[in-house]
Amino acid sequence: MRGSPGQLELDAAAADGSGRSARHLRAAAFWIILNHMVQYLHARLDASFAALSDVTRRGVLEHLGRADASITDLADEFRMTLTGMKKHVSVLEQAGLVVTEKVGRVRTCKLGARRLEEETAWIERYRMQWDERFDELDRVVAERVADELKRKKKNDAYQKRK
Amino acid sequence: MKSPTTAERKSDRELVVTRTVNGPARIVFEAWTKPELFKRWWVPKSVPITLLSCEQDVRVGGKYKLVFSANGSTMEFFGTYTEVKPHARLAWTNEEGGQEQITTVTFDEKGGKTLLTVHNLFASKEALDDEIASGGTAALPETLDQLEELLTTLVPNAA
Repeated sequence: MRGSPGQLELDAAAADGSGRSARHLRAAAFWIILNHMVQYLHARLDASFAALSDVTRRGVLEHLGRADASITDLADEFRMTLTGMKKHVSVLEQAGLVVTEKVGRVRTCKLGARRLEEETAWIERYRMQWDERFDELDRVVAERVADELKRKKKNDAYQKRK
Repeated sequence: MKSPTTAERKSDRELVVTRTVNGPARIVFEAWTKPELFKRWWVPKSVPITLLSCEQDVRVGGKYKLVFSANGSTMEFFGTYTEVKPHARLAWTNEEGGQEQITTVTFDEKGGKTLLTVHNLFASKEALDDEIASGGTAALPETLDQLEELLTTLVPNAA
């Protein structure tokens, strides 16, 4: 696939500062971003569908659609243990469908998770920028390693001749 | 072979990024501390800014200054090195934002490769929340625009 990291390296190897190669490099970088975005979206959708596959969790969402509730309220309504309800809420939270907030000893659950979603998306972009940085760092380091090896070989050959 | 990069919010005020780089810690450390090498990799490819100058006085108490240009205006990032352990650990303050943010980088060499851990400690939970909120949705539509533009150049019939 074009968006694979290997493709970028291949293009980078071919890039010697000519405009055409630079364009290829940019194109490869965009494909990587697109690839990440799609993968990210898939991960989010998988989490959402997994969260929605359970009848209790769907019930919890319906309840929260009418009013916010504490985990204790939800456990009572769905006749469950507190631990069991905590697990369900945590799945919904991870899927970005519910947010919870602890005030004192009570954890309140609300529908929607814009803040969490935004944060997750922001962190993913932050990660992608570091990933691009590290790709370049990898290239700089590889060049230094190769230079050192060359110097060492030269030196060894010189020592042998002496 | 490229290793994956991870990023995680470890606590209210901490962001941690990791990546294994293909080379010994000695050389990786050099790439973080020599301006002529640092300049070659610091700006992410997809970010439309240029690193105009880079000064690094890498010793405890030494200063650094990075000057970037973006859209015709310049931005400065500066601070002080607070820890310098050659080939093992670097820490500096980020002072341009008013509130102090501390970045620590550790270099762990294993089998000729180096695990990098970049740890960013924000002044407060609010400082990190604000950072996230300010960049909240701005970058994505722009990226999508660029992507769309790119697609039209690559695939003549896509538009």
